Amino acid sequence: MSLVKWTLKELQDRFTRGDVSATEIVRAYFLRISVVESKVKAYITVNEKESLLSAARTLDETMGTWRKTMPMMAMPIAIKDNICTEGLPTTCGSRMLRGFIPPYDATAVEALRAHQCFFIGKTNLDEFGMGSSTEHSAFGPSRNPWKLTCVPGGSSGGSAAAVAADECVAALGTDTGGSIRQPAACCGVVGLKPTYGRVSRYGLIAFASSLDQIGPITKDVMDAALMLNVIAGHDPRDSTSANGPVPDFTRGLKKKDVKKLKIGVPAEFFGEGVDQEVHDAVCHAIAVLEELGGTVQEVSLPHTGVAVATYYLVATAEASSNLARYDGVKYGFRAKESHDLLEMYRATRQEGFGPEVKRRIMLGTYALSSGYYDAYYAKAQAVRTLIRQDFERAFEDVDVLVTPVTPTTAFQLGEKIEDPLQMYLSDLFTLSASLAGLPAISLPCGFSREGLPIGVQLMGRPFEEEVILRAARAYELATTWRQKRPRIR
Amino acid sequence: MTFEPVIGIEVHAQLRTRSKMFCGCATAFGLPPNAQTCPVCLGLPGALPVVNARAVEMAVRTGLALNCTVRATNQFARKNYFYPDLPKGYQISQYDLPICEHGWIALTLNGTTKTVGIRRAHLEEDAGKNLHADQRTGSFVDLNRAGTPLLEIVTEPDVHSAEEAVTYLKSLRDVLMYLDVCDGNMEQGSLRCEPNLSLRPVGSDALGTKVELKNINSFKFVKDAVEYEIARQTKVLTEGGTIHQETRLWDVNRGQTVVMRSKEDAHDYRYFPDPDLLPVSLDDAWVDGLRSTIQELPKDRYQRFTSDYGLPDYDAGVLTSARALADYFEACVALFAEPKIISNFVMSEVLRELNQSGSPVESSPVSPERLVELLRLVHDGTISLNVAKELFPELYAGDQSATQLVEAKGLRQLSDETELQALVDDVIEKHPAQVEQYQGGKEGVLGFFVGQVMKASKGKANPQKVNVLLKTRLSQ
Repeated sequence: MSLVKWTLKELQDRFTRGDVSATEIVRAYFLRISVVESKVKAYITVNEKESLLSAARTLDETMGTWRKTMPMMAMPIAIKDNICTEGLPTTCGSRMLRGFIPPYDATAVEALRAHQCFFIGKTNLDEFGMGSSTEHSAFGPSRNPWKLTCVPGGSSGGSAAAVAADECVAALGTDTGGSIRQPAACCGVVGLKPTYGRVSRYGLIAFASSLDQIGPITKDVMDAALMLNVIAGHDPRDSTSANGPVPDFTRGLKKKDVKKLKIGVPAEFFGEGVDQEVHDAVCHAIAVLEELGGTVQEVSLPHTGVAVATYYLVATAEASSNLARYDGVKYGFRAKESHDLLEMYRATRQEGFGPEVKRRIMLGTYALSSGYYDAYYAKAQAVRTLIRQDFERAFEDVDVLVTPVTPTTAFQLGEKIEDPLQMYLSDLFTLSASLAGLPAISLPCGFSREGLPIGVQLMGRPFEEEVILRAARAYELATTWRQKRPRIR
Repeated sequence: MTFEPVIGIEVHAQLRTRSKMFCGCATAFGLPPNAQTCPVCLGLPGALPVVNARAVEMAVRTGLALNCTVRATNQFARKNYFYPDLPKGYQISQYDLPICEHGWIALTLNGTTKTVGIRRAHLEEDAGKNLHADQRTGSFVDLNRAGTPLLEIVTEPDVHSAEEAVTYLKSLRDVLMYLDVCDGNMEQGSLRCEPNLSLRPVGSDALGTKVELKNINSFKFVKDAVEYEIARQTKVLTEGGTIHQETRLWDVNRGQTVVMRSKEDAHDYRYFPDPDLLPVSLDDAWVDGLRSTIQELPKDRYQRFTSDYGLPDYDAGVLTSARALADYFEACVALFAEPKIISNFVMSEVLRELNQSGSPVESSPVSPERLVELLRLVHDGTISLNVAKELFPELYAGDQSATQLVEAKGLRQLSDETELQALVDDVIEKHPAQVEQYQGGKEGVLGFFVGQVMKASKGKANPQKVNVLLKTRLSQ
């Protein structure tokens, strides 16, 4: 088996033992990229092969026994292109930041760099993370490795596609309302959105500050835990990062059962609009967890129905302010031929942003406007509290909640691009955990007749990533979904 | 109809923190453009703010000194607007939950005291500066100042004249400088003042339409601008016109206020809580601890100097004009309980030397100990006051003590009565004509004799004693 098929854990073990060199790893991944990238289009920027090869040679020559102490060394990681990487272009999938090279690393990137990872490239996304298909990227859409006419999901569609297509061993994504979990489900890989505050947001280019989180997209649950181990932790540069203990997330992942685990199934996530195939696959996953020793009970999250409206008020309001800095003055795109300041602002933002970003900036500006603030933004924040309380009540009785990730499998390119509301509804099941700041993981639980992956979502209490990781891992070990790989054609 | 001006004043005070409000950059003035910037204060994508704890502390101390309530939980909010000197497209400020509110400050005006209410004091970040060259080269933005901590202090509309406005500002500036939270430099913009002003008929409680005044960077301009605006509005209203809600700039050259923008151009700032920053929670014990460290304010100290030390108003005013000077004075008094002697000497000799060498009083080469040693020599008659004054520059420039200098130069005053008597006798003997004049009623001649004795003693004779001895001898 080619080394690009290996999981992060497998690659780490072989590298640590000396079975494979850093140079071989870099060569194998660039070969893979040269074969499939033109079809998948996962990356906006692929790093320079020669510079990575030279770094790999240095590692091979000098690391000696060091490799045993640094398990992430030489691992080829892809980074979503809204996370700042010093010296590597970071575009947010926007014309506005085309060619922008940050002078600094995001804290999560810095952590990976300290572990001597290789940044193989920057992955495609919906512009500024706003979308569910990568079709809103200024650099063109990515494709779903399972079926190239389908979207990979979004906004971290490039990262999910890169992992699924073996163009990297693992990737960082970001999740604001489902942007890690939904593409992971669409591409048949694992995506973990950590608890809000678990991973520093410093250097993550903000979409909605109170919702954004960086998290791993990986080939399996063990890999997600390995990645989280590196990027989690308090960061004094991010005031919203949590200053609590960080466990070893791989602990307990060898356990093959979920005895004593109380599993909640919220009825609101299984109603109308969910494809029968998705419904059946998720119900089957619940049955498997029950066989593994969990006890299943139905719970209610009564405010689920207003999550979409709440999310699109909070997220757009924050976005309207977060994106104000792209004004053509300091960096990034500036429209030409403006004669005064106002004209420069207008033309720059008119030409620099795509239609979905402009739509959300307008929605958010409206929600914060004088006279509308109380009716929209303040009300949405109040409802957000109710949604959080729904979860608090549910978690008094259960340890994890199990739901579908998406109502359908990956849709066709172009299918929803003209219908924003339909596009927004594809995040129906992932928004709630974002609004409540909860950890949630998406992992494969089956395939449609068409051969497209289906995902199941496990949500946990704040800062209990360990609980959902263990349950997810036990499920993963009891099933064979992860062994199925896409044939890219 | 006669009108009464109703004035509220907004002051922006730059806090003297070493680093900026939300990042670690320095806050120095006068560096090359954009030399003190980082991803945070440049508003680079992905950078996040972190609250400067020192700035919070300074805001709390100021609030306490202004008798404010300190909010245990206060919050930063974003004020959204576009301008090139505002790198994020929003200013981080405080809106509905400011750190301090509901305070007051006492002013003394023409011998009477009045209080001005402080509505709120809140923390925010300063903007950068736009630099406009000519049309061809375009405009530039310098973000060195962007992110400097500001405390915005807003009064109630309790001010009713230009004089009161100036007195308020001076008193506030004294407080800020005394607390060492602001350098008070209006020309450099560390302290900026924006009065808003309306008129109403005397006796009315209603508020008229207000006008905001900007571009005022000295106490004189505050007085001039407010007086001009009172006169302008009075004229408009007297002639039956209406005042428009607008912002007006003080035009120094023309000596008048001119329209900058009208109400229609006002921004909707779309304030909302900054999701990048958690609410700031202040521990009660911590606030109480700061309360106990608040130094005596200038006005209180002034009063104490007049009552406890019996100093004239003028002396108390000079000595309490700066905290370091008042501290210096009190350190001297603690060593030597002659406040007026010390005050006279400090206000003349000490301040003159400090001014000439341009050094601040806290680093004066003449410590309170060294000064007091010199003044004791005057007090016990070892040297005269004139000798002390002559010696002071040397004392200031070198490191010898006053006693050492006096000994080395042989300046010890001649106070021995026998020796003095001999000198006096000698002088009287040599000038019979002048003796005759004196005894004939020309008492002014006494000065001549004193001069002769001083000359004969090479300036060392104790002049008081010489006086007494001469008078006694001449009247015999």
